[in-house]
Amino acid sequence: MTSALLEANNLVRVYQVRRGLLGTPTPVRAVNGVSIKLMPGETLGIVGESGSGKSTLGRMLLGIDPPQSGEVKFEGKPMAAPGTAEWRALRARMQFVYQDPLAALDRRLTIATQIGEPLDIHKLIPKEHRAARVEELMSAVGLRRDQAGRFPHELSGGQRQRAVIARALASRPRLLVCDEPVSALDVSIQAQVVNMLRDLQEQNRIAMIFISHDLKVVRNIADRVAVMYLGQIVEEASSDVIFQSPRHPYTEALVSSVPVPGRILEGRRILQGEPPNPANRPSGCAFHPRCPLASDICRTSAPDLRSIGGGRTAACHLVPGETAPVAA
Amino acid sequence: MIRFVLTRLLRAVITIFAVVTFAFVVLRMSGDPAQVMLGPDVPQDAVDAFRKAWGLDQPLWVQYLAYIKSIFSGDFGVSMRDEASALHLVLERIPATLQLTVPALLLKLLIGIPAGVYAALHRQSFADRGVILLAIFGFTIPSFVMGLLLVLIFSVILGVLPSGGQDTWMHSILPTITMSIGGIGILARFSRSAMIEVMGQPYIRTASAKGLKWSDVVWGHALPNAAVPIVTIVGFMVGSLIAGAVVVESIFSWPGIGRLLVVSVSNRDLAVVQCILLMIAATMVISNLVVDLLYGWLDPRLRAQTAH
Amino acid sequence: MTSADMAQKQSAQTQSARSGVLGLISYLRRHVPFSVGLGIFWLAAMVLVACFADALRPYGITAMDLTNRLASPGNAKHWLGTDELGRDVLSRLIQSIRVSLVIAFGATILSAVFGTALGFAAAKFRGAVEHLVLVLADFQAALPFLIMSLAVLAFFGSSMVLLVCLMGFYGWERYARIARGLAISASAQGYAAAVVQLGATPARVYLRHILPNVASTLIVSMTLTFPEIILMESGLSFLGLGVQPPETSLGNMVGFGREYLTRAPWIMLAPALVIMLTTLSISLVGDWLRDKLDPTVR
Repeated sequence: MTSALLEANNLVRVYQVRRGLLGTPTPVRAVNGVSIKLMPGETLGIVGESGSGKSTLGRMLLGIDPPQSGEVKFEGKPMAAPGTAEWRALRARMQFVYQDPLAALDRRLTIATQIGEPLDIHKLIPKEHRAARVEELMSAVGLRRDQAGRFPHELSGGQRQRAVIARALASRPRLLVCDEPVSALDVSIQAQVVNMLRDLQEQNRIAMIFISHDLKVVRNIADRVAVMYLGQIVEEASSDVIFQSPRHPYTEALVSSVPVPGRILEGRRILQGEPPNPANRPSGCAFHPRCPLASDICRTSAPDLRSIGGGRTAACHLVPGETAPVAA
Repeated sequence: MIRFVLTRLLRAVITIFAVVTFAFVVLRMSGDPAQVMLGPDVPQDAVDAFRKAWGLDQPLWVQYLAYIKSIFSGDFGVSMRDEASALHLVLERIPATLQLTVPALLLKLLIGIPAGVYAALHRQSFADRGVILLAIFGFTIPSFVMGLLLVLIFSVILGVLPSGGQDTWMHSILPTITMSIGGIGILARFSRSAMIEVMGQPYIRTASAKGLKWSDVVWGHALPNAAVPIVTIVGFMVGSLIAGAVVVESIFSWPGIGRLLVVSVSNRDLAVVQCILLMIAATMVISNLVVDLLYGWLDPRLRAQTAH
Repeated sequence: MTSADMAQKQSAQTQSARSGVLGLISYLRRHVPFSVGLGIFWLAAMVLVACFADALRPYGITAMDLTNRLASPGNAKHWLGTDELGRDVLSRLIQSIRVSLVIAFGATILSAVFGTALGFAAAKFRGAVEHLVLVLADFQAALPFLIMSLAVLAFFGSSMVLLVCLMGFYGWERYARIARGLAISASAQGYAAAVVQLGATPARVYLRHILPNVASTLIVSMTLTFPEIILMESGLSFLGLGVQPPETSLGNMVGFGREYLTRAPWIMLAPALVIMLTTLSISLVGDWLRDKLDPTVR
């Protein structure tokens, strides 16, 4: 059995949020004890509403923000502290794809220069071969050769995101974290970019973390899916299984809200109540105020994430599990 | 709010302290006052005696500590030239300087701000263009050029006003005008742009759309909001009430602080120069502090931001 | 390729070059206000004068024509007249333009580099470094620059190098403030954060990415500092603490010309007019550039 490429144990990230002008800072647990394991070449989708902590989790997995407790291991070694030379060298092996490609690109440099920048930073290949490599990357992401000299504002949104992806792939990373990579794009472009990402990921055997609020997109690309609610993973399973038979009530609600062509929306569950506010976490199971099935135990005690058989995990009192809770 | 005031006070004290230290170090490092005071041909004993008398034979840091200590007891040193208290010499000259700078400041405020506001309310009109042009002229002409031009016209050619000295009120007319012209230009320009920016804000459009009288919109809504940037400039002008007259006093042989500074600097009269620098820094820092506090009062958002 | 072809190609090239120049001129005429055009013209003339001062000067700046002392302008030999020693005012004016522009230019660059570096340092390290920069800026604000330079120059004696270095401290806090603000906003989100995530060193992030992105704003603030430095230098020279004789600068000429205000006002008026027109032109062109390039600077 191969060892995990990325392993995160019990990650916690707390922000201090001040309410009002002179209010005392309240701690907000953006990520509250998340553990994740990612095999080489595997794609894990992370799904959740805004405020569920999924972007914060993505940044911690890449070592951009250090967790306040818990640890991230990449290829079996603990993540170096941000800003150190070791951390910088590690960037060649793990990359990030941003939600807003225009903000992620330097508007004063041509896209070819920017795509080649990781090669330059990490001195990966001799100078004379770099141009060829950039050309190869551009064609791999579907950019035309004549677009090399363009500036970001001269490209369309989809083309910009392709340039960002090409830049992320330049150093042949083993891990790619994509934070809502297509949500800023037109729907017609979204599918193209997602398919391209999947092809590139398969060809190059890159492990990928794909963060999105959009179930349709995640379903298309992920091998496994983790559903986050208020900083915690509430259910995790392989992508086919989770869409076929969601177990956690929150997942069920999410899945039932996705329209499927040819099927009448029946038994659709619409989430009630306020969207989650991480500054004001409910007691017990964080989901109970919106849960149609909530019972007394849900209001008082928080369920652990436990194995529920078939390689799946869920955190719900109402889902019968195997006896032992999954180790944190 | 109290914390905000306290942090600003602390920064003000640190700044004054930094100025005192800077002045002390630069002035002591730049050469031996004994040589300048006594001339090049005095015997070594006399130089040594002079140094001993003024404490110049001590290590620099001992001199510095002694200096700081005496400042706290209100003793700002003694002029090496006149053997009179430096503080006394400086205070003696302040009224003369204020006699020029205070009327000049009033002129700047009374002409500059209304002109800028008027121009902003009548954009693209003839008056607006005139104000802009005069404002640019006002602050691109150096005060010494302006002063000499005024002397040339009113004293040399027309012969109606005196060109220097401090005998009658007539003598203060030219220096006051010279000093105020640049400031009028700056204030007019700033008030105009601040006012134009405020007038473009949605709340002004709302105020006029809901049927408020135009004068109420201007006085009640626009001016108070435009005041924030204007106050900065005015604060700077108040702060330079003492320092701002160096060049003008020199043109018109006006016996104020600026002249004293230029003379003391060329005489290497350390105590007097230090005392003047301290005075200037204190006025500047205090007026900056007042501006910051006024800010908080004029714009509650700023208070909230700086408070934490 | 035949020679006819060559000739044709050449003429086509000259034609396109000519239409390029004409196009530029007509573009400027359409898009640049008249006053700004005059300002650009005057500044270009000043730069040319400064560059070719040696060739343009009819006499040496210390050459005395004792038979022609205090000659008035319009004199056949001395277009702008002579001073009390019979030195040619035009020659001295040309040299003064060079000296004053060189000082102002050098000092503007120094102050921009120094201020930007401190601003970036404050943005990069935050905490103690940022506080130190703020205290330095407070210090600068507390001691009017003219007063500080006066003390330093009088006690250390004036030299060209010291003068440029001292003037180089003028206005640095403006660049520091702008550079700090822009760098912080760039690294909080956006391209700078993305480049950091690529593994770039801080030097690369700041010099190759942030600096080019904030350059236009910094250049615009240089047009604010430049005339102020000219005024500052001429003020100091006027007080006798700036450029020292026999060298000459615009302020220094006004200062010495002042003695002869009644008998020979032209000695003082010529440099005074040049100072006014130059600072006026920079202000006009700078305002216009600011509107064009960068609406965020006031």
